[in-house]
Parts: sequence; C-alpha cells; structure tokens
Amino acid sequence: MITCVTARRSILLAGTIAGLMLTCPAFAQQSQMAPASPPAPAPMAAPSPAPAPMAAPAAPVAAPPGPAAAALPPGSPLIGRPEGNTAAAALAPVAAPPLPAAADKLPTAKLKLPPGFNIEVYASGIANARSLRVGDKGTVFVGTRFGNKVTAVVKKDGKTENKVIAEGLYRPNGLAYLNGTLYIAELSQISKIENVEANLDKVNKPTVIYKDLPKDEAHGWKFIAIGPDKKLYIPVGQPGNNVLHDADHGQIRRINLDGTGRENVALGVRNTVGFDWNPLNKQLYFSDNGRDWMSEDAPEDKLNRITKNGEDFGAPYCYQGNLPDPEFGWGHKCSDYTPPIALTGPHSAGLGMRFYTGDMFPKKYKNAIFLARHGSWNRTNKFGGDVVVYFLNKEGNVKSSEVFLTGFLENNKYLGRPVDVQQMADGSLLLSDDWNGAIYRISYGKAHTASR
Amino acid sequence: MTKSRPVQRVRLFAAAVFVLCVPGALRAETVSERAAPCLACHGETGQSQTPEIPSLGGQPAPYLLIQLYLFREKQRTIEIMNEMTKAFTDDDLRAFSDLVAKLPPPPPPADIGDVARMHAAGALITQLRCNSCHGLDLAGRENIPHIADQREDYLVKTLRDYKSNTRHGYDGVMAEVLAPVTDAQIVELAYYISRFR
Repeated sequence: MITCVTARRSILLAGTIAGLMLTCPAFAQQSQMAPASPPAPAPMAAPSPAPAPMAAPAAPVAAPPGPAAAALPPGSPLIGRPEGNTAAAALAPVAAPPLPAAADKLPTAKLKLPPGFNIEVYASGIANARSLRVGDKGTVFVGTRFGNKVTAVVKKDGKTENKVIAEGLYRPNGLAYLNGTLYIAELSQISKIENVEANLDKVNKPTVIYKDLPKDEAHGWKFIAIGPDKKLYIPVGQPGNNVLHDADHGQIRRINLDGTGRENVALGVRNTVGFDWNPLNKQLYFSDNGRDWMSEDAPEDKLNRITKNGEDFGAPYCYQGNLPDPEFGWGHKCSDYTPPIALTGPHSAGLGMRFYTGDMFPKKYKNAIFLARHGSWNRTNKFGGDVVVYFLNKEGNVKSSEVFLTGFLENNKYLGRPVDVQQMADGSLLLSDDWNGAIYRISYGKAHTASR
Repeated sequence: MTKSRPVQRVRLFAAAVFVLCVPGALRAETVSERAAPCLACHGETGQSQTPEIPSLGGQPAPYLLIQLYLFREKQRTIEIMNEMTKAFTDDDLRAFSDLVAKLPPPPPPADIGDVARMHAAGALITQLRCNSCHGLDLAGRENIPHIADQREDYLVKTLRDYKSNTRHGYDGVMAEVLAPVTDAQIVELAYYISRFR
C-alpha cells in the first residue's frame, strides 16, 4: 500500500538514511527540542474556551440544510444534537493527552480538600491512569483506557517504581483483585494473572477466563469488581449514546471466577464505570452516566443501588428516575423502573467509587461513598472534575453529600480529570487522574512529608 | 501495490539504523532535518501526492501527537510508521507533532466535482453531523483531525477501517459514529470531503 512513486523512492531512501542518525535512540534528540516542547497537558488543555472555538466557519458553502439534514441514522451518537446551534457545535468529547505529565507539572498545589486533609503525588508517568486496585502486599495496579498496558506501582525504600506487568492489551481499563489474583477487563474479554505480586519483574501473561462479551467501542471499556459473593461483576454499557439495546447490553452481569454461571444483576444501565458494595448491607451501589445531547442540565447522572437482582434502572426509556427520554420514552413510565438514590450532576461522568472503611479519616466518612466525577464534555460550562462524598443513613439511602476535592477545573478547562478512588491499608485514599497519567494520595492528619 | 517494497524498505531502514547508530555516529539534526523522510511521502508542503498516504497539512498538534503515540505503541499498525517511531522519546513525539502542525492545509483540488453529487454528499455530511466535531469548515480541532481536502483514497480507506474497527482510533468515537453508515455513503463522503471548498 505504501507505494511512493519511484522517483520519490530515492528521495525517501536518501532522506531515510539521513534521517536515521537522528532516530538513533541515544543521540541527537537533545539539542533544540527539550525546552521548546511544552509539558504534556498543554496540547489538549490550551486551546480556546467554549464560545467560539471553531476556526472561522468562513466558507459554509457546503451542506445546504436540505430535507436530508433532519434524520440521523438510528443509533447515531449525535441524535439530539441541535442543528445550527453554535454553542452545541462547540462541544465534542475531550480526549486525554496520550503522554503523561511530568511529576513537577502536576496540578497538586491547586487541589483543595476539607481542612486537615493532605494530598501528594503517589505516582506519575503512567499514561492515561484509570482504574486502581491494591494487592495484599501494597502493590497498586493501574488500568488504562487509551493505552495497552497494566502497570504496577511499587514503593520500596522511599522510591516509587512503575512496572509494566502486562502489555499489548486492548483497552485494559478494568481491574479486580482477590487472594493474589489480578483480573483484567479488556474491551471484550476478561483475563487473570495468578500470584501477581510474587515477582513483579517476572509476571506471567494473563490467561483469558471469559470472552462472551460484545465488541462495541461505545461504552466498551470496563470497570470490574469482585463482590462479597466472590463473583466477578462486569458491566456492558449501551452500545451508543442513546440506543435501544439487545439482551447483551445495558446491564451489569456477574460470573463465577472461572468464567461460568453468567447472570444479570442489573438492567437498564446506560454506562457504569464504577461500583462497590456497601459494607453494612452488602448491596451493590453503582454510578451510571446519563445520555448526551438532551440538554445542558438534564439528565443528571445517577448513583444507583441494587436491592434485588435483575432490577431495571430505566435506560434508554427513562433517565435520572423521572425524565422520560424524548425519543424512546413514549409508552414507558418512569415509575416502572428503580429510581436512583442520588443524582450526581448533569454530564458530570461519575466514574470510580468506593465505600470508605478506613480509620484514618474523621469518623463521619466511615462507610460513606467517595465518587470520582470525571467531568463533563457535553456541556458549555464544564461540570464535575472533582470527588464527591455521599453519606448514607441507616437504611442505606443517601442522606447528604459534599464536594470533597476540587481544583481540577480552571477557567472551564481541565487541569486533570479524576477517574477512580482506592483505599489503602493505612486508610489513605488514592485518586487516579487520566488526563495527567498520575495517582495522588489523600491522607488526614499530620501533614505528610511529600516527596515532591 | 505489492507488499514487498514497503517491507524491503523497512528492513533496509532497520539495517541502516543499526549501522548508523553505532557509537561514534553522533549527529544532532534539527527536527526539520529529521522530518525530511516523513515529508518525502506525506508531501513537503503538507499535501501528499502518494496514494493512500495522508496529507498532514493543517492537522492540529494534539491529533498528530496522538497518532504518533499510537504508532510508537503499535496501537495503530502501519509497519513503516511503527518502525519510524519505534525509538522516539516522548519529547520526539511532541517535537514532531509541533513541527508538522505548522504545515499549511492542503488546498482544494482543481476538480470541483460533479455538482449534483457534491450537493447530495454535502447534505449527507450535515445529516451525519460530521461537522459537529470536525467543524463546519472540516478543519478539525485539538484531537480531531483536519479532513477538508484530504486525499480521497485515504479518506475511503480510513472510513472503512474505522467502520470495521480495524483502525481502532484513540477513543473509539469513529467506530461508534460510523456504525450506521453504509459503504456507499462512505464513498460519497470521501468524494465530497476531498473536494471541499
């Protein structure tokens, strides 16, 4: 396929040979580039704010808004987007930069927490750091959505080391850990590595335990977790922004740890990228993201709770528990579906969540839910990009909430985006940031002498 | 169209890297000099004259950085590109993206296309909302590529690869967008986009 014209071939070869010395791994790179190149977050974060980011729509000679302009094909992610609206046209999914930020470029100093809490960099340089799990020996495992690796962060003698323990994977976003075994969720298969912490320099290749999963890109990356029943819980989101899905999508299912015994535990789930079990009532609580393009402020994302296996949470017929979908809601009643226990903000993208069971934080945080909100893209004024705590009453319902960590959002731009939270053995809380490829550690009490 | 030539070239390239990279061959070229072989195929002025090789003019630096990263990590597989970027440091990736982003966008071709076909395809662009992310001028922004006046053959190939998910893309958005789009529509989209003015 790469057939440059013959005349060009010689140029190419000459150029190639000249160009090579430069590609020489060790040499040549230094000189002019180092200072010139901006830190990683800049490329994405820099450009224009909301109002008029598009290069002059000078020649809209194109596309006369004929009759064809109306109908999008069924299932298109753009259904609902208003035509000819400049504010809406300014919005597009915000992808994290591929390169992680250097440790000294992280926005740690701008992050705000309640009095008495501290935050420091736990690890950096892990491209697109997403889901977090911790092993019995304290190893922190990190999944990624845009990359192809799983990384292990090891602290030894005051030094931090990031070791790639698996690579060549396809969107290995989800991780779970139990009794020495790490489970990895790629886009359409689950694998495991036994005795993963035994020797992190020589880790076995993952072995696949479950492949009965759709291959859709849309909402295909996964969060996974193992429940108190020792089963592996796997979400399969709707294969698009707002679509009627088949019986293999829009759900949370569980399987035995050997891949057998599939059973659906929740239906009508648009896309959950975080869940955990209430340590008191053992019920599964999960974050679920609402659809795009309905409006700036609705629907809100949700926090749900499964009280009975097989409950239906409404998507795509009903969003946020009380808002029938304008397209699919006809003939359906919101009251037929399980309502959320909390609304978590429009387009806010609540992702990773955990119940806090440690003793380090003040007592009021015990058994509360920490939810990382990745932050919106489908909204003119960005919303979220923070961590929120939900406090529950005796019945396991949300009685109040408070914003716990802010500072990632500045002038309507992301300085970082929180993805997952993970409690450590000492009661501190780790937070991943896929924008910067970093993990922070939040602690309470006497200020920690951070390494930064 | 045979595969042997690119393969041979990659091998030759690899051999040359090996020979020339022995200690002592220390050379510090400018980024522009280093980019010469890239532009030999992609076009020195940002406009490719080579079948199925994209014009790079007008591409936003963040988009270029993502593609170079995907090539280096072999998450996007095109042998010669994987080979070229294999030894790139993060700073190399940034330097090349910044440099290439300075190339001017390719101009519209002299061929204005069949009027009726252009009109119908333009309506299809609006219907599918390609211009939602790529912009009314199809010039892209940040992580979204400039597609106006790209090579028609490259556009057809790229859209087919995205639809079949053989080209995964960074975040999978194009696979989702193209799921309901037919191959006949892909041909029309490429016809229009490559003649956009």
